[in-house]
Amino acid sequence: MTSPLQQKLKVTGPVVITANRLGDGAVVYRSSDGTWTTELAAAAVVTTTPAATELLTAALADRLRAVDAYVAPVQVSEQGVRPGNLREWIRCNGPTVAFPGQR
Amino acid sequence: MYVYDDFDRTLVDERVREFRDQVARRLSGELTEEEFKPLRLMNGVYLQLHAYMLRIAIPYGTLSSAQLRTLAHVARRYDRDYGHFTTRQNVQFNWIKLEELPDAMADLADAGLHGMQTSGNCVRNITTDQWAGVAPGEIEDPRLWAELLRQHLTLHPEFSFLPRKFKIALTASAHDRAAVRVHDIGLRMHRNGAGETGFEVIVGGGLGRTPFIGKTIKPFLPKRDLLSYVEAILRTYNQYGRRDNIYKARIKILVHELGAEKFAREVEEEWQSIRDGALALDPAVVAEIATRFRYPDHELLDDNPPELRKARTEDKRFRLWLDNSVANHRLPGHAIVTLSLKPEGEPPGDATARQMDAIADLADRYSFGEIRVGHEQNLALPHVAQRDLPALWRALDEIGLATPNVNLISDIIACPGLDYCSLANARSIPVAEEITRRFKDLDLAHSLGRLHINISGCINACGHHHIGHIGILGVEKNGEEYYQVTVGGRADENAELGKILGPAVPYGEIADVVEDIAAAYLELRERPDELFVDTVKRLGVEPFKERVYATR
Repeated sequence: MTSPLQQKLKVTGPVVITANRLGDGAVVYRSSDGTWTTELAAAAVVTTTPAATELLTAALADRLRAVDAYVAPVQVSEQGVRPGNLREWIRCNGPTVAFPGQR
Repeated sequence: MYVYDDFDRTLVDERVREFRDQVARRLSGELTEEEFKPLRLMNGVYLQLHAYMLRIAIPYGTLSSAQLRTLAHVARRYDRDYGHFTTRQNVQFNWIKLEELPDAMADLADAGLHGMQTSGNCVRNITTDQWAGVAPGEIEDPRLWAELLRQHLTLHPEFSFLPRKFKIALTASAHDRAAVRVHDIGLRMHRNGAGETGFEVIVGGGLGRTPFIGKTIKPFLPKRDLLSYVEAILRTYNQYGRRDNIYKARIKILVHELGAEKFAREVEEEWQSIRDGALALDPAVVAEIATRFRYPDHELLDDNPPELRKARTEDKRFRLWLDNSVANHRLPGHAIVTLSLKPEGEPPGDATARQMDAIADLADRYSFGEIRVGHEQNLALPHVAQRDLPALWRALDEIGLATPNVNLISDIIACPGLDYCSLANARSIPVAEEITRRFKDLDLAHSLGRLHINISGCINACGHHHIGHIGILGVEKNGEEYYQVTVGGRADENAELGKILGPAVPYGEIADVVEDIAAAYLELRERPDELFVDTVKRLGVEPFKERVYATR
């Protein structure tokens, strides 16, 4: 049976699969060898709905290493892979503000 | 301070042991995330954008110096050296590792702190006036009644799975510092015509997606009936509250749809069946709980001692802080000192571990080891002798906690927003930081007078934007951050929801808009002591709208 998430999935550009690491909540990305990485540059980038669905299905099946996997947009250029929106930019790079007392 | 008994300590220790086992089973794979999530939420553990977040309850906003040192320790040992004080008198740590959470919780439990009922569809941390017990003119200390409710509603089996979360606030002062009219239940202590003390019971207030000012369903509730009446409200809500639609599940929707009168009748019927039962408060039980509140042994002092007069005369910076951040205490010769956690260009409500330790030391030296947390995201030292104010000010100034901007335009209430929160649509903190930079000129800020800005990064309204004098709501439009502005909201005894000014503006313009509103107010007010909210009330939003959108 197809999950609601998969039913709604419509990929129109480059995407990655991202989640939070179980042990510490760190942002992680699914790599093409089926492991998780904290480096966006090492994430598997796909551009079609079937490929994203396959990658997400495998990620969701991993119930131990990562939590709440989903498809996130990225931008791909000669400079490499970058987050596709502000939310993902913040997840990738951390808060846009300095921590208190560190300004 | 309230002193926990063995029952409380056992409860908290048992919960830590339970949670340690649950975390171990999750990490081993024995529990799935679907099974584990409700368990972690019951302990205040969320998964946010970058990490797990732990929310810790500070019942009725009262902290001991030992507890604050423990918070500093947790910030240093398990987090990134700071904590965030919230609009519900809680504290949050943003970078806690799940693997280390049981140890952090054990350390917190040693100080009587925990995260129980800071999340989930249960009765959340009960809040009250941060000046409870020390405010001049207060009818009595409302924390006794908050504590009774806390004891009754902690792990209450019937109310652990309500249709939605449930928030209760109390005040016993004429000036409402606890925002009781925008809570699921607001309780306002007052005296009736016979001189008896009781509660006005207000229900169905709330913010979020569908904001409402609460309705009074019981003008006067005798103290003996507090638990039974609150129980009757919760039962009525539990029975009729909607569980089919999360956006319509709060009690405010039920009260609105049934109508306050019909809701009150339902509550009354339930109450009549239980009011003389086990929940009728026995004065002996109340008296016993009251003995567990330990009050300082204040000296008998005169107001305005020579040390204070001298510093006030000689030091303009001290005088500015004194006039802004120091309030009258119910006892002569003493004062309540608010510590602004809103310095220029810093995240509202954040305190570093070093600051927390320093505040704990100052509380021991000057405030009988007691600290208060206000929903405005500032701290307070409630028992300071006036003669000690100059020395306290110098110490606070050294650690960046003497910004004299309490209740001014730069004393901004803000949620963590998109920089941390997985629900947010837009950032709150950098908007707040930029506004504090625009109004760093304290002469300008003081000339604007009392002016509260509240910022929320999404419609869930954790920054209480609806009741800000100026409210700012972050929204997302085609992938860009926009901000909708309201004016004229207020959280006090005359609570009102702000009115929308006009179309949302982009991130780069929101601080300009606030400057425009402030400039318009300075031109429009009838006299210097007409507050911003009163000017809005008198003139409506139109003149402000014209000013803001004239060039946009």
